[in-house]
Amino acid sequence: MTSATASKNKKQTASETKILTANYAAAEAVKLCGVQVISAYPITPQTPVVEKLMEFVHDGSIKVEFVTVESEHSAITVCISASAVGARVFTASCANGLALMHEQLHWAAGSRLPIVMAIPNRAVAAPWNILNDQQDSISQRDTGWIQLYCRNSQEVMDSIIQAYRIAEDVMVPVMVCYDGYVLSHTHMPVEVPDPAAVKSYLPDYVPHTILDPADPRNINPVTLADPRLNAENVLCHGYFELRYLLQEALLRTPESVEKAGREFGRLFGREYGILDHYRCDDADLVMVSMGSLASEAMDAVDRLRDEGKKIGIIHVRLYRPFPAEIIAGAVAETGCRGVAVIEKDVSYGYEGALCTDLKAALFDYGVNVFAHSYIAGLGGRDVKSAELYDALSRSYEYCSKPEGSRRKDQEWLNCLI
Amino acid sequence: MTVKTTTLTLPEEEFALQGNRACMGCGLSIAYRHGLKALGKKTILTVPASCLTVLQGMYPVSSMLVPCLNTAFETTAASASGIKAALRALGKDDITVVGWAGDGGTSDIGIQALSGAAERNTDFIYVCYDNEGYMNTGTQRSGSTPLGAVTTTTLMGKTEHKKDMPQIMAAHNVPYIATVSPSYPLELYDKFRFAKDVKGTRYIHILVPCPPGWGFDPRYTVEMGEMAVKCGMFDLYEIIDGVFSFYGQSQRIAKGKKREPVEPYIRAQSRFKGIPQERIDSLQTWVDRKWALYEQMGYCE
Repeated sequence: MTSATASKNKKQTASETKILTANYAAAEAVKLCGVQVISAYPITPQTPVVEKLMEFVHDGSIKVEFVTVESEHSAITVCISASAVGARVFTASCANGLALMHEQLHWAAGSRLPIVMAIPNRAVAAPWNILNDQQDSISQRDTGWIQLYCRNSQEVMDSIIQAYRIAEDVMVPVMVCYDGYVLSHTHMPVEVPDPAAVKSYLPDYVPHTILDPADPRNINPVTLADPRLNAENVLCHGYFELRYLLQEALLRTPESVEKAGREFGRLFGREYGILDHYRCDDADLVMVSMGSLASEAMDAVDRLRDEGKKIGIIHVRLYRPFPAEIIAGAVAETGCRGVAVIEKDVSYGYEGALCTDLKAALFDYGVNVFAHSYIAGLGGRDVKSAELYDALSRSYEYCSKPEGSRRKDQEWLNCLI
Repeated sequence: MTVKTTTLTLPEEEFALQGNRACMGCGLSIAYRHGLKALGKKTILTVPASCLTVLQGMYPVSSMLVPCLNTAFETTAASASGIKAALRALGKDDITVVGWAGDGGTSDIGIQALSGAAERNTDFIYVCYDNEGYMNTGTQRSGSTPLGAVTTTTLMGKTEHKKDMPQIMAAHNVPYIATVSPSYPLELYDKFRFAKDVKGTRYIHILVPCPPGWGFDPRYTVEMGEMAVKCGMFDLYEIIDGVFSFYGQSQRIAKGKKREPVEPYIRAQSRFKGIPQERIDSLQTWVDRKWALYEQMGYCE
């Protein structure tokens, strides 16, 4: 397994360290990626991404067509159509804006267009709430997009650059998710890679779908479920087969993510993979989480380790496609007795979405450990280190319980009802 | 317009092929065929869910020779904006971008994206073919269905008048608006040709008679379109940089030719079967008021 920490084989490039919020890191990354069309609609806390990119357009530091649309639905539509013409595109949204895009998220993935979108995660109304949780992107998990989750501004910067590599390799769009405010508005030192090095890492986009009068094609017409003959008597895929190809591309995406992360590490000294680990060696309990919670919990885990409680953290960087085999293997490798999944989302009527996915993976790969679901931080509810410490302590107690009595009802962390 | 196109000067090259999936007597296919002739080869279309999606054929068979990006129902103008933006980014400035949607896709579900694109004066042509209802899905009411018309969602006839989409677009101050009819295909061709050379958002509204949706024999499509214009239910005009002018049959009316009454036009379509007299009167009043306004505005002679 790889991690985003600096590796030793760092190459010398003309990088520059800046103090950036995750939003500005996203904008700086877009500047480096040779994006040709941007379309976005402002929404809190994504707005600074849009504003910063417009500043870049104004000062001439990027040359893009920026379409200032009247809604998120149109923003993603502009990206879809521009991508179909052959341009590299970018958008950003979150919360209700992302929900408004929902129809077109399916359209983008179904069209196999390598769109990259930044998502500073925010709670979805009602009631209105502008603060952080991950319900917005989790609610879009079945649209066929790749989802990467980040823990800090550096990971946002690096993941957006890698996202284009991944998207254009497997021809599936990518969401780069990072916690709203917690990361989007928090300044951190970020190493901004050398533009020339990024260009060698990410060459110009070579589109597979081109709208061109020289080769008139009717793209995405009505397509029946069954294969059909074309005018030259060649049997072409039906809807069912086309959809299978999307699934197939997603299933080989973990490989692409690892390759992109490895090559990034070779060039820029920061290697990325599918998961990140913290103190997982011979752990009895592993906390599994996505985004900033995974770094916030490090303090609680350190304290618990000091007390002799063997607890580690697995950060899920790639959530869709779900890296079932990799994550089940990683859990098994620790030799732990259980996992505590702490997440800022819920599949309403059941439990945390990550927890359900993880349980399915563990079952499928015969990893017999308990899994507890914790829902935390919805609508920006503060998740304190002490609360994570308590939650992990509670789950840790189950490690010594006899098998068959390790099940625990889901918990809403710090819910005052 | 300098030289009017005639049947002798109309280009022979076709971009809409025969054997497409349009209904018998489809007004859209006449408009589509002549519109594409005017737009020519260097065109990219984007089309939402509509009769045109059906007309163009099912994958992997297609009935036209210009590229087309199918797009979601409400997204035509946003899709065209994306196509245009990418063409500009890629330095391809000689391609005409055209969004071609139905009246539901325009005046109902797509009006937000269209309003946005028009406000941005996006450089593209938006074509609304108005068959006055959701005909592709089996004749449901739209905002463009006229008063009194029976649809599967207005079983006793629609109780409201139709939305005036070209005037909504006029309020956006776009550089070019034309209303056209497939019953006058040469004029339709000329308006498309003119629109092609204008920069910015251009809006073309086509009243498209629909035999199954309106309830008339397919052989009368052209006649039905003519009747609509002659009775003033649908008027032929252009607005070039804010300057309004009638042309063709509507210009003749504006110059004093007597308008036909709406009743024969209404009675010729089974969607108005059993319409009470007061609704016919109301439609006549709607037309009269519209024309009184034209006079007030000084559009008539």
